[in-house]
Amino acid sequence: MALLPALDSPRWQGTASSFLFGLRSVATTILSAVLFATYVGIGALAHDTHFSLFWAMLSTALIWAGPAQIILLAALGSGATAVQAAIAVGVSGIRLFPMVVSVLPMLRAPTTKKRQLILPSHFIAVTLWVECFRLLPLVPRERRIAFVNGLGCGLVVICLTATWIGYHLAANLPPLFGAAILLLTPLAFLLSTARSCKKLPDVIALVLGLALFPVVSWFNTGVDILISGISAGTIAYGVHRWRRA
Amino acid sequence: MSELQTFIGDWHALVILVLAGFLPNEIWRMLGLWLGGGIDEEADILVWVRAVATAILAGVIAQILVFPPGALATVPAPLRYGSVLVGLLVFLGFKRSIFAGVLCGELMMVGGKYWLG
Repeated sequence: MALLPALDSPRWQGTASSFLFGLRSVATTILSAVLFATYVGIGALAHDTHFSLFWAMLSTALIWAGPAQIILLAALGSGATAVQAAIAVGVSGIRLFPMVVSVLPMLRAPTTKKRQLILPSHFIAVTLWVECFRLLPLVPRERRIAFVNGLGCGLVVICLTATWIGYHLAANLPPLFGAAILLLTPLAFLLSTARSCKKLPDVIALVLGLALFPVVSWFNTGVDILISGISAGTIAYGVHRWRRA
Repeated sequence: MSELQTFIGDWHALVILVLAGFLPNEIWRMLGLWLGGGIDEEADILVWVRAVATAILAGVIAQILVFPPGALATVPAPLRYGSVLVGLLVFLGFKRSIFAGVLCGELMMVGGKYWLG
């Protein structure tokens, strides 16, 4: 569990100490290890698709979303055009929109300016999104932006290190372990999403989203993930409305 | 090529990274920041956007398993699905531990692949 001071503790005074509490919180979550493993896989994939180490690390810092990085690598590696890759990445990135929208109200204080929220918004990806719901209620509202910036910086450093390690490992790993590293990504994402599904609509969205994608992909529309995701999410929301009515 | 050139690589690939990777992804975060400003924490629409976000991520997970990249494609489909199912069952049965689930799923796949030869 996070070793954070009480909400009214004087230790929350100051931006720097709040940033450090955020930075230290990366050590309190198993998701850091999961993320580390995922990014070892991404580094290995980047090596195998003949991108430079700098490219791989820059993609971690700039894109900062495991699925998008894997989609970009897989697309460009298999000879897709930049436009096709951009569409696939853009579609996978749509899920970041609701994540940012749902986290912002937890970050905002009455005096918050929009530009202060640009960096925390950049850090939002599935791990930080999950951790925000777990940790932010334990952080005083006016310190949350500094806390999230610390948490985000800590996670980025972990992932840059993992990308670097995976890239160097890839040259020396037998195919069996290469496959094991690539399986880490779906396993880790599935279980960390399942753990963050506290309410019924989220559980329905997860299960239906998994089940609908293979069905929709059969039609090969090019926007399969978008179609299955919006359908499954909307059905889950419908169930939520219907149960409440 | 010098060591630095090997590290940085082709500048053309870096431009594609920014145009095809960074921009189409980052735009959703900035749109969320720009348009999400007036939405309340408890708003009903957030239940919908959260559900859609979860379902899109589920789709990405399914995509990696159904159309696997690189070395994962050498693992037969039933073994890929079986390994993830084992990981999920262990996770659900073992205090929702991500670590236990990931470990057992991985062992299942490595063991199965080794056994199949």
